[in-house]
Amino acid sequence: MRELVIVSGKGGTGKTSLVAAFASLAKNCAFCDADVDAADLHLLLTPKNRASHDFQGGCEAVIQPDRCSACGTCRDLCRWDAIDASFKVDPVACEGCGVCVWFCPENAIDFPVKTCGQWFIADTRFGPLVHARLGIAEENSGKLVTLVRQEVENLAAITGRDLILTDGPPGVGCPVIASLGGAAGLVIVTEPTVSGLHDLKRVVQLAAHFKVPAMVCINKSDLNGDMAKQIEAYAEESGLPVVGKIPHEPAFIEAMVQGQTIMEFSPQSPAAGNIEEIWYKIETNLG
Amino acid sequence: MIISIASGKGGTGKTTVATNLARAVDGEVRFLDCDVEEPNAHLFLNPTITETYEISIDIPVVDGSRCTRCGLCAELCQFKAIAVLPEAVLTFPELCHSCGGCFEVCTENAINRGKRTIGVIEKGQLNGIRFRHGRLRIGEAMVPPLIAAVKSCKQFAGLTIIDAPPGTSCPVITSMRGTDFVLLVSEPTPFGLHDLKLALEAVRFLGIPCGLIINRADLGTGDTAAYAKRENIPILMEIPFDRRIAKAYSRGKLIVEAFPEWVEKFKALPAVIDRIASGRFPGSEGERE
Repeated sequence: MRELVIVSGKGGTGKTSLVAAFASLAKNCAFCDADVDAADLHLLLTPKNRASHDFQGGCEAVIQPDRCSACGTCRDLCRWDAIDASFKVDPVACEGCGVCVWFCPENAIDFPVKTCGQWFIADTRFGPLVHARLGIAEENSGKLVTLVRQEVENLAAITGRDLILTDGPPGVGCPVIASLGGAAGLVIVTEPTVSGLHDLKRVVQLAAHFKVPAMVCINKSDLNGDMAKQIEAYAEESGLPVVGKIPHEPAFIEAMVQGQTIMEFSPQSPAAGNIEEIWYKIETNLG
Repeated sequence: MIISIASGKGGTGKTTVATNLARAVDGEVRFLDCDVEEPNAHLFLNPTITETYEISIDIPVVDGSRCTRCGLCAELCQFKAIAVLPEAVLTFPELCHSCGGCFEVCTENAINRGKRTIGVIEKGQLNGIRFRHGRLRIGEAMVPPLIAAVKSCKQFAGLTIIDAPPGTSCPVITSMRGTDFVLLVSEPTPFGLHDLKLALEAVRFLGIPCGLIINRADLGTGDTAAYAKRENIPILMEIPFDRRIAKAYSRGKLIVEAFPEWVEKFKALPAVIDRIASGRFPGSEGERE
């Protein structure tokens, strides 16, 4: 079983719309939304959740006022400035490192496990999906990404799927790193803008760092033809296959409004034709 | 005044709004690009970078000759960055959150402070804008300390503009905290609206007054504007989808440079924001917690 992860570096390049389009083309595939921080794939795949679970990301320090002698040890040691002058812990600033808990001479600090979000096993019209929802202002998004990827792998094994298609998060930080390890391939969706190219280069470096083979897909390609050429030249220099270009297509938004993929909403559109070719190339590249 | 610009969803136009605002307003502006994973504002503002420095965090380096393998450091570490074996101690620097607990707990003085570089800060200038951004080292996972380093600068009397990363988790919260106002930028699509709701939850969690800019306002549906009305969030600007604007953006051009008629609209924002932030804007949630 192999996993294909779709990322973009820059947000808003059309990553999730393309994942959904690929979902309607992929055969015998399980799906994973690893953009746990602002997950949108469910808006197009309209999953029916069959099971939901709490995600426990770590622990959180809680000072018990009746036991606290206000000695200040915790405040001196806390590197996150999470404890105020009245010895209350700011849960947002608390990193869950437990240093205050360990060194409190009065044993006045509890360290309960914290529920940071939920994750779900669901059915969609294209196959099974694992998705999640990180709580607002929570940490440990990387841990939750690792968890949903493990769970989709189990689910794919049980249901006999050959491929996992994962919608990755934007950026190059913790959740993206957690999305890459062990993937068979990475498709980077970019757009022909100065930001698109800048952010593409950083994701390409990240993929190389973790030794995951990457391919490039240029969305909204007719927005700036010169920039699209620059991206193709950069991909060629870096030895990355360009799996295709998709012109700017207003039907993507109309499809989204209907809760459909572009392949369902507008199968005759030029974009749908391009996406079919792109999917064929991706499958060929995956081998 | 400190204005942070956030969106939930990526690619809705945060950097567009932040950079055009910085360019349009009168007086001294400080610009802090806190999207350290993918910093883009410099591509539009083109500052001359005059200073670059590395930001690093403390990590443990175990002195094997002093270590007695007591195991306290491994027991304390919540991030599994130290493992103590009978013959040796292993450290995993990439897992370390730099809480400093191991340095404190070691009774043998066997743990020395090493450094892990998490990224760089670049500072620069361009006519009236003091520019600063962070650039996360590729492969680095710890984002909030670098954002905190971008934000940690001296008091400033003028307008500070913070370009925040997408999402609703720790990097965004670190960027928005302590700012006077959050300018949310969304697009009127189902994805944009869904993520706007999450972003608003985060803003309300922090108790910061906010307003909304709808980008590509004529694409999608009216649901975003209706939602803003229901939630009592003032809509401060609507930017239509215009292929010429999109093209200018694709080349790294600011709207206010390519289409001067937009200068006055961006210029007017700080005064309106100031009124909302101080609770003097009718029908807005101006009260601060």
